[in-house]
Amino acid sequence: MSLSVENVSKRFGRFAALDRVSLAAVDGEFLALLGPSGSGKTSLLRVLAGLSRPDEGRVLFGGEDFLRLSPRERRVGMVFQHYALFRHMTVADNVAFGLKVRPRRDRPPGTEIAARVKRLLALVQLEGLDKRYPAQLSGGQRQRVALARALAIEPRMLLLDEPFGALDAKVRRELRRWLRQIHDETGVTTVFVTHDQEEAMDLADRVVVLNAGRVEQIGRPAELQAAPATAFVFDFLGDSNRLPCKVVDGHAMFDGGFSAPALGPVRDAPHAVARFRPHEVDLAVEGGVPVTITHLSARGALIRAECQAEDGALFEVDLLRDATPGSLAAGAKVRLRPRRVFVFAEAAAT
Amino acid sequence: MRSVGLKRPASLGAFLLLAVAVAWLAVVIVLPLISVFAEALRKGVGEYLEAFRDPDAQAAIRLTLLVAGICVPLNAVFGLAAAWAVAKFDFRGKGFLLTLIDLPFSISPVISGLVWVLLFGANGWFGPALEAAGIRIIFTVSALVLATLLVTLPFVARELIPLMAEQGADEETAAVTLGAGGWTTFTRVTLPNVKWALLYGVLLCTARAMGEFGAVSVVSGHIRGKTNTMPLHVEVLYNEYDFVGAFAVASLLAGLALVTLALKTGLEWRYAGELSAGRRH
Repeated sequence: MSLSVENVSKRFGRFAALDRVSLAAVDGEFLALLGPSGSGKTSLLRVLAGLSRPDEGRVLFGGEDFLRLSPRERRVGMVFQHYALFRHMTVADNVAFGLKVRPRRDRPPGTEIAARVKRLLALVQLEGLDKRYPAQLSGGQRQRVALARALAIEPRMLLLDEPFGALDAKVRRELRRWLRQIHDETGVTTVFVTHDQEEAMDLADRVVVLNAGRVEQIGRPAELQAAPATAFVFDFLGDSNRLPCKVVDGHAMFDGGFSAPALGPVRDAPHAVARFRPHEVDLAVEGGVPVTITHLSARGALIRAECQAEDGALFEVDLLRDATPGSLAAGAKVRLRPRRVFVFAEAAAT
Repeated sequence: MRSVGLKRPASLGAFLLLAVAVAWLAVVIVLPLISVFAEALRKGVGEYLEAFRDPDAQAAIRLTLLVAGICVPLNAVFGLAAAWAVAKFDFRGKGFLLTLIDLPFSISPVISGLVWVLLFGANGWFGPALEAAGIRIIFTVSALVLATLLVTLPFVARELIPLMAEQGADEETAAVTLGAGGWTTFTRVTLPNVKWALLYGVLLCTARAMGEFGAVSVVSGHIRGKTNTMPLHVEVLYNEYDFVGAFAVASLLAGLALVTLALKTGLEWRYAGELSAGRRH
């Protein structure tokens, strides 16, 4: 079922956790809420779950006014960063909880509950662990139990609050792939909160970038990469270099007499800041920012060079290992030339 | 059970320190405890049992059980409610509430008794009004209950607050999103997570409720067979030079304390991880 959030605001005293947030998800969509801590992503998730009420705005789900429903009437499954498993119950009892607490008339018979628990544990690949207690499981296993528990109530929507935040990098990647697979199998509309842009880009159909309680941009991962709407989005989605420039007719002109095509909303500006990614830089013989390489580190097929200009400004550059002369070393003086840059309105620049 | 890093006492100084500690314990705790039982049994088992056939002694035992039976459940419920409020919610005046809960620990039990006299006594704030309505509180069982309630108020709450604060509200939140109502969440999630700590608090509360002397002494009026609890009855008998009777009842109290201690130690040993770390008693 489709989700629609319209102008939702939530204040805590003078602090605006959510400031007129609007977004929509179509049926079966996987939506990521991406932002730094304090950006309002968890506040929004709690509003969707019914754990807190917004001060203003509407939330519609399948055309129904969601804010008038209690958490249990909403029937959304929620997965928490720290698992929140019931520590005194076995894995099987945890998964069955949402079914067992239903009023008698809606409660499936015991045999059916047991069968469903078995099916769910198979789905999350935890067969045979049904008698264990949460304390006897690894972090990754606990989070799978939490997901099975949330899926047991056949949720109309699945909410995940930084579910992999407490796990190590390898388990994270594994669970990420697996979560996407489960989503594709169940087809339930999913909202996923994360501060990890890689995770959001990897998992989601669309990403909502949040900053200070406001929506900065909504789009498919490729769209956000190709056309970030604000400086915040550009900076949050990857490493970013900055260089002052002026913009004339869609071209960024730099001191030193070189220029680069300027993408982004600003076409003409006397004073602006050009932003560019480390991999969109060439080493030039002449025309470019003179810098000294301070450090080189190998990153698979790339070499990351940290450089410093005479005025102290720092730059990060990714060079293809195979196309880089072996003589390049820390201390070398080179010139950096961005292939293309983004220029955003200064008010939004930080 | 020996802890890592500790060794057997090797030097003479260590032995001396240990000897002093053991001797001190023997003099201050073991000896008085033995003397209670020795005094009680001095004239034989027959005389000892005879002391319990005294209707006043039986009334004192019944009264003690009655007062504890009323106070412990009430303070268990209050302790749960207070710990739940403090641990699961943020609100103004939380620090003040915590201090209030601790207050009965820090004030003298005599004061805990006296405040009720000041409130409900013949010359107290509400005394005359209650008198006119034909209600008596001071020198009745009601006063004993009130005084005991005040003295034993912190025990359950103090046991539960650190544990529940450490557990946080995550599991309750999860239960709510899974469709559980408030009561179901409480009985299936909150209560099972604190059951051993709750039992531990109830034990401490019971021991204190049965053994309290100061506060009940102020409000009791010492009416034999009516408002004398076991500790008060011991005092009365002792003042009348009925040593066997006094020590017989005292031995029963001491026995209750020993049983409580044994249960408490058993709980600590078995469920150390599920009890709160912030022990005070």
